[in-house]
Amino acid sequence: MLEIRLNGRGGQGTMVAAKILAVAAAREGLHVQAFPEFGVERRGASVCAYVRIARQPIYERGRILRPGHLMVLDPVLLDRPDLAQNVGAGGWIVMNTRLAPEAWRARFDGFKAAAIDANALAIEHRLGSRFAPFVNSVMLGAFVRAVPFVACDTLCAAIRENSPAKPDANVAAALQAYRDVRLAAAAEAVWATR
Amino acid sequence: MAGPATAPQTEVMMGNHALSHGALRSRVQVIAAYPITPQTQVVELLSEMCASGRLAAEYIKVESEHSAMAACIGAAAAGARSFTATSSQGLALMHELLHWAAGSRLPVVMGNINRAMGPPWNIWDDQTDSLAQRDTGWMQIYCADNQEVLDSVPIAFRVAERVMLPCMIVLDAFILSHTAEIVDVRSQAAVDAFLPPYAPRWRLDVADPRTFGALTEPEPYYRLRFMLEGAMQEALTHFDEAHADFAAACGRRYDALAGNARAAVDRLREEGLAAGLLRIRLFRPFPVARLRALATRARRLCVLDRNISFGAGGIFAQEIRSALYGLPGAPEIRGHVAGLGGAEVTTDMFCDMARETARASSCADLVVWKGLRDAPQHSA
Repeated sequence: MLEIRLNGRGGQGTMVAAKILAVAAAREGLHVQAFPEFGVERRGASVCAYVRIARQPIYERGRILRPGHLMVLDPVLLDRPDLAQNVGAGGWIVMNTRLAPEAWRARFDGFKAAAIDANALAIEHRLGSRFAPFVNSVMLGAFVRAVPFVACDTLCAAIRENSPAKPDANVAAALQAYRDVRLAAAAEAVWATR
Repeated sequence: MAGPATAPQTEVMMGNHALSHGALRSRVQVIAAYPITPQTQVVELLSEMCASGRLAAEYIKVESEHSAMAACIGAAAAGARSFTATSSQGLALMHELLHWAAGSRLPVVMGNINRAMGPPWNIWDDQTDSLAQRDTGWMQIYCADNQEVLDSVPIAFRVAERVMLPCMIVLDAFILSHTAEIVDVRSQAAVDAFLPPYAPRWRLDVADPRTFGALTEPEPYYRLRFMLEGAMQEALTHFDEAHADFAAACGRRYDALAGNARAAVDRLREEGLAAGLLRIRLFRPFPVARLRALATRARRLCVLDRNISFGAGGIFAQEIRSALYGLPGAPEIRGHVAGLGGAEVTTDMFCDMARETARASSCADLVVWKGLRDAPQHSA
């Protein structure tokens, strides 16, 4: 089972990103769950969402205590030393940051690092405002490159279907992120061949 | 992207929206509701469906849950299929009218998202809100996943309208209400064949005036209460029939088991512990005969309650003890309380509870508290 945690800030599209990961997986016949940290979400506050994806029916419910991978939508979180505390060893940290992965991966020993300047890319594609860009589609493109649990085409279809506005710009941003994300390790197949 | 008509009709949706889609598919005619966390999305989506014309229902905005239930009672009495949804304090505010709906024999269907009662203020999962309405004469269905939430709406209306009792569909705050998963939103035609229009024998009608719920002498009142209990018992048969017909129409059966307990059973069996799982979907009417038939397969039952009747322990444990009393070969029952106010109940905790139940020298404790860190040594 693939278990993912998303860390962001209210207004960046964290919850929508979690839902899109689930929709993309469902389109490829996988079983899914997507849910927010159970609480009250507010614009600007720290938010957290979770996704479970599996080939078999998923019986586990509730908060993911040891996620396999992390998607970080809020660049400020790079400075939080406990960011990857409960993440399983060897997992990917896909980070929204201007910094190259080589500049920060030593902070997260035992993890694989991927970096994309999602704020800049979102602004370039006119997603949200300059001061509060919607970075979720960009992060999704980057994440699926690092953790290829579905085909990029499937992700794009899921983004198109679930974008509250500007579906073309969201898909274009995701595709550019898929190409441009900097990986500090080789991406590996998620599912063993059947 | 809308798929071709032949594609499977699945959507990734949260439990709250599954409830709204269930009401849509059941062609409800009147919705009266007041928003409360964590129920809000149920009525948000229904109000959008009404505004866009997708659902041809009267959406009545009200100033409280008490008024919401009052409006549903009036609408059902006038012959309209009526739906509402609430949670926790909202359900408590309806309490008087819950008795009124059941006593009037009106088949209102309501979603309740289990949320802890305050104070202290808490928005998370806890079943005490709905279980505190146990004796109001409402049927209660507890759901394990979002598909079951959606499907339970037409099933609830069908049984409710046959036995003329209201029905509550209950789901966990956040664990279902805010969790998106794959749900099949079956064709309308299949639901229409399963659930005919609501056609009550008696209704408010100016052309045929009658009195409803007026002052009633003790003897006829007593007789009406006997009839209400009879309707509850008949509902057991109607649920069996509805589940079978639903399986035939939509290909889904409601003997499915889900959740962390199921994951725990798989793990315990790998360890060599002969564990099984019994989930209670129907709480009112309580499936006593079915429970008695299944219970003797086990030497001990490990019961988990995310609720408490203060002074008497977990409510499901009490109900199960009562149902099995005097049964030859009945298992011993170890009742656990866990997860009140949304505290995490993990697969590991289920495994621990089952192992402890298997090993315990006796099951005499009224209640075993699980997952309680730093248990206070004083009570005031």
